[in-house]
Amino acid sequence: MDLSKKTFHWMMTQRICLQETACYTNAVTQEATEEVSLDSPEREPILSDGPSPAITPVTPTAMLTPRMGLGTAEMFERSLDEIEEDDSGDTFDMHIAVSDPEKVGDGMNAYMGYKVTTKTSMTIFSKNETTVRRRFSDFLGLHSKLASRYLHIGYIVPPAPEKSIVGMTKVKVGKEDLSSAEFVEKRRSALERYLMRTVKHPILLKDPDVMMFLESSELPRAVSTQALSGAGILRMVNKAADAVNKMTIKMNESDAWFEEKHQQFENLDLQLRKLHASVECLVCHRKELSVNTASFAKSAAMLGNSEDHTALSRALSQLAEVEEKIDQLHQDQAYADFYLFSELLGDYVRLITAVKGVFDHRMKTWSKWQDTQLLLQKKREAESKLQFANKPDKLQQAQDEIKEEIEELEGKVQQGEKDFELISKTIRKEVSRFEKERVKDFKVVIIKYLESLVQTQQQLIKYWEAFLPEAKAIA
Amino acid sequence: MEGEPSPRSGAGFHQGSFPLAVNVDLQTDATLQVDISDALSERDKVKFTVHTKSTLPNFKQNEFSVVRQHEEFIWLHDSFVENEEYAGYIIPPAPPRPDFDASREKLQKLGEGEGSMTKEEFTKMKQELEAEYLAIFKKTVAMHEVFLCRVAAHPVLRKDMNFHVFLEYNQDLSVRGKNKREKMEDFFKNVVKSADGVLVAGVKDVDDFFEHEKTFLLEYHNRVKDASSKSDRMIRSHKNAADDINRIASTLYTLGTQDSTDVCKFFLKVSELFEKTRKIEARVAADEDLKLADLLKYYLRESQAAKDLLYRRGRALVDYENANKALDKARAKNKDVLQAETSQQVCCQKFEKISESAKQELIDFKTRRVAAFRKNLVELAELELKHAKGNLQLLQSCVGVLKGDT
Repeated sequence: MDLSKKTFHWMMTQRICLQETACYTNAVTQEATEEVSLDSPEREPILSDGPSPAITPVTPTAMLTPRMGLGTAEMFERSLDEIEEDDSGDTFDMHIAVSDPEKVGDGMNAYMGYKVTTKTSMTIFSKNETTVRRRFSDFLGLHSKLASRYLHIGYIVPPAPEKSIVGMTKVKVGKEDLSSAEFVEKRRSALERYLMRTVKHPILLKDPDVMMFLESSELPRAVSTQALSGAGILRMVNKAADAVNKMTIKMNESDAWFEEKHQQFENLDLQLRKLHASVECLVCHRKELSVNTASFAKSAAMLGNSEDHTALSRALSQLAEVEEKIDQLHQDQAYADFYLFSELLGDYVRLITAVKGVFDHRMKTWSKWQDTQLLLQKKREAESKLQFANKPDKLQQAQDEIKEEIEELEGKVQQGEKDFELISKTIRKEVSRFEKERVKDFKVVIIKYLESLVQTQQQLIKYWEAFLPEAKAIA
Repeated sequence: MEGEPSPRSGAGFHQGSFPLAVNVDLQTDATLQVDISDALSERDKVKFTVHTKSTLPNFKQNEFSVVRQHEEFIWLHDSFVENEEYAGYIIPPAPPRPDFDASREKLQKLGEGEGSMTKEEFTKMKQELEAEYLAIFKKTVAMHEVFLCRVAAHPVLRKDMNFHVFLEYNQDLSVRGKNKREKMEDFFKNVVKSADGVLVAGVKDVDDFFEHEKTFLLEYHNRVKDASSKSDRMIRSHKNAADDINRIASTLYTLGTQDSTDVCKFFLKVSELFEKTRKIEARVAADEDLKLADLLKYYLRESQAAKDLLYRRGRALVDYENANKALDKARAKNKDVLQAETSQQVCCQKFEKISESAKQELIDFKTRRVAAFRKNLVELAELELKHAKGNLQLLQSCVGVLKGDT
């Protein structure tokens, strides 16, 4: 890694001076370790000016110290710092398409299979173009793995599209109607957006499960994503426990940046939900308008037929044709309303839930650290009390025991502090990245959406301009 | 050429003078000009100021005004319908009752929901509803005026005594609405009439012109009815969509003021844009309502009046044929022959009188209809174009600004 970058950065950051090296293996591509630097210069603006908790610099060591009670996920618990895009010489160049939904099987065991095509010029991928077939539970399985690995250390993992029992049942049962076609299309589009968002995240992109998902032809069936599976139920229980805990944790926020950002995201959440609801309303009304316009067109045609003045009759038929075209226009616009605007808003409402989740994890980390500290304090008190105990033969043994415990706890407290520091830092980076993405996303979509409106008006003008001479020709 | 509903200028619920933008004939006829110069909307009624300018000798003055309410218009209309002398004319359809119920309900709901929205939203929605109320008010004034103008333009009806009383008598006409019994009578009369109408319609007419008119009007009336209700629904959806855009604009504005990144500029600009385009969309819906929906509604009522004329003629024909049969019978029995002869003559005269005027009336109806449709369809297309172009310009300039920003 770039030594100059490290030193430059060291000079820049006086406050947060944690430096760590992450060791990271990629199971699929067989890459060796990558050393990365913390806090690349462009992250500067997001570091708060508020007082940061005291930190002890840690000497860089390769670490895969197993944490208590966690499985393979612990591999990634250490800060996986920003993997520079320039590291491997690749700029982000990747396009994923989800297409060709096909029903596989019959009856209640049937499912929708989707084709996932990855086109990329990035060298971390083994091929320039890969195509695999995946089903919805595969996507959920991927998200579940990423979430369990990265969420609790502060990475904003994009949420997967939602399950829909009603929608899927219709498809399984074989209802070949408009609403189930719409459902499949909606889902296909959502899955595509989900994958693109996931790979845009530089850390997630390099995750072995992501690579496997995109490249390997067979995936083990993700059974734990089913709602009523053991894992599903465990998830639900955990969610409930979390909610209760959140209410009881009272964190002393010493960092104004977090306080501010938390509030900002609450506000954003509220407004986006409101906007989403209004846009959904608009989609609904535009669809209605399209239907009613079509119905009026037919009626006008009938009226034209029964009109016995020839020129007027012709004009009325023309009016009917115009209205029919306009109905199609409304339908197309409703489509744009939905896929451009409404779905974006829905995605961001869900994303912000993930952001809030990450903030919550930070709180939990803090709480754990505090609890450990309290425990340590208690033990120390117990130790000093022991001095005045009156059983001299057992005293030495007890003192040794307690000394051991205290040492252990001291280590844990240090670790807890470090974890808290780490998650705070990660969240700052993530939020900055998230905000950048958000700004970009919204700008792009807003312009696209406005352009769709422009097109609609242009078409309207064409249609009415064609009709006007017909109306004038009534003699 | 007869008048049809047209937009009025003027503001507020207490209107100034309404320029009459319709009837070509009326403008050249200085002998009798009628308009509604003012209107006042009170809690449950509307008071119209009917203003007359006339050179006719039977009026005391050349120019005068009276205040009338909806029931008095209905009384006048009904007096025409019940007058046997006018059986051979298309009686101008009565104006519909002023109906502010829907609008009033919405205003009330808005008042109840005041707590759940921001102050700006509330003010905006209130303005919207007030504008809607105003539009309904203007429409009802226009429809009452059109009725009077049609009567004033009709060569025979304009001379009607009741009409003159209506125009001139500056006291309350003491016309009460129909009481329960009279309403029941009306109901039964209508039942009998429809049953009768079926019988009468079944009789094939010797005269080709009337036979054709009968089939034409029957079908036309039904299709206009259908088109009228479908156009109403379409316009309502349009209004709903415009309302949604209103709400979206408000939320975008809040987002824009809250956001600290530079997407806030986007939000604010788009919010501003949507405020403007929403107004245009609402105008589009309003214009469609005026030029299309109102036109169809009016010709629904006119075609019904024309059907009524045909019914009366058919009735007269049946009476005439029955009188003929009665005469033949009387002659055969040689009993009450004179009575039967006079009866037959009366029926014959009545029938021929009706037929003669009916033919002209129906031809006029067609001419009026074609002219009205032409005028309204042309105006509709022109307005749609104007609004679409306005919308387009706003959208394009906004896109330009936003693209320049990125």
